[in-house]
Amino acid sequence: MWLGLGGFGIVFIAACIILAVAYVRRKSPPTFREISSFARLRRGVGRAVEDGRRLHVALGHGNLTTPQSGADFAGLSMLSRLAELTSASDQPPIATSGDAALSLLSQDTLQAAGQIASRGVYEATNSRLTGLSPFSYAAGALPVIRDENVSTNVLIGHFGLEAALLTDAADRENAFALAASDNLAAQAVMYASSQDPLIGEEVFAAGAYVDAGPFHAASLTAQDILRWIIIGLMVFGALLKLVGLL
Amino acid sequence: MRLKGIFSTSIAIATGLIVLAGYFLALPLLINLRVVILNWAVILAAFAVWIGVVNLFAVHAQKFRQKKAGRFYSLVLVVSMLVTLIIGLVTGPQSKLMTGVFNMVQLPIEASLMAVLAVSLTYASARLLRRVDMLSILFLGTAMLVLLGTAPLPFIGEIPLLSDLIRPFIAQVLAAAGARGILIGVALGILTTGLRILFGVDRPYGGK
Repeated sequence: MWLGLGGFGIVFIAACIILAVAYVRRKSPPTFREISSFARLRRGVGRAVEDGRRLHVALGHGNLTTPQSGADFAGLSMLSRLAELTSASDQPPIATSGDAALSLLSQDTLQAAGQIASRGVYEATNSRLTGLSPFSYAAGALPVIRDENVSTNVLIGHFGLEAALLTDAADRENAFALAASDNLAAQAVMYASSQDPLIGEEVFAAGAYVDAGPFHAASLTAQDILRWIIIGLMVFGALLKLVGLL
Repeated sequence: MRLKGIFSTSIAIATGLIVLAGYFLALPLLINLRVVILNWAVILAAFAVWIGVVNLFAVHAQKFRQKKAGRFYSLVLVVSMLVTLIIGLVTGPQSKLMTGVFNMVQLPIEASLMAVLAVSLTYASARLLRRVDMLSILFLGTAMLVLLGTAPLPFIGEIPLLSDLIRPFIAQVLAAAGARGILIGVALGILTTGLRILFGVDRPYGGK
């Protein structure tokens, strides 16, 4: 009972912080520390539009009914924003995923972005389910990186070790690859194999860095505030333990 | 926002709030509702697999028709998919033939990809040397220390100090602390992402 109420309290506090920050900073958006990967992504997107090449957003194989869905939704936000940014291009982005429900949502996201851009033309084949297991997903996404005139790859979502195959393929094609995952093992291989890895919870900061809206910036600020609260509680708990009160 | 958008957003927010409340408040009605909604989600996810397979078929059939690069592989995929589907429908998913297809085709191919991954990672580690920054050097140094401390060397066996002191310290203290820090950050990220969806700010369903 108390555990449930505690959990509800954390969610409630987080919701209040996001709403408060979004309201207070509605006119002056916060500035965040520079992450070079996002700066290179912006250049990569611009170059893709200018050169008439494509953007590939790999959403991973996270299941939507598990906690992995957090990274999936971060990836879908990124896909939505990138589809809007490339709306001037006649080459719409391609999204690949390794989960059927995620694939459906990515189709919907691309369709919505196309409607906003008034492009009118939407092809269901721009969003692809390439495989249902981690390695079959990677095997199906490799030809997209190689054969679809892709110049910029964004790997964002839940990946495993197979992410290294995708970043390696992008490297061989001299294509830009931004790689981010919520999985620790994937982060390790992405750090080793990608020029532009996002480490830790930076995968959830992507929306704020690509200007996906004030709520993305507010939720990033809320994460920082909550992190400091947790650090404070941990130090306080350690001190209590040190003096023998816990 | 169009009517369709308002409708889908309202349903999504209401459903999300019911499931969330079902986790935190131990009321039988909320718990039952949560279970029912999650079961619906599982059924819908299963149906989405079928749509995904149709999508995969359409992508590769189109690739073959338009004579794009790698169309031969697309043809192989389409034919294999149809043959597997027919075998599954005729003999059933648990039949010897069907499990044989899985054990003799799917498993060896995935194992081969795992082997390719080992080569890719070794190559990536070598490429990491091109990045001359402190973190890359630290990353490689740590990986080497853990590798040497884990795998006994021929004729030497375990390296004293490295195997029994340094490697356990790196794995159980430094790595565990770092991993927990990252996991706390990831949990906070998941929380705020979920809240954005509950607020209706992020709507990956039903358009904008």
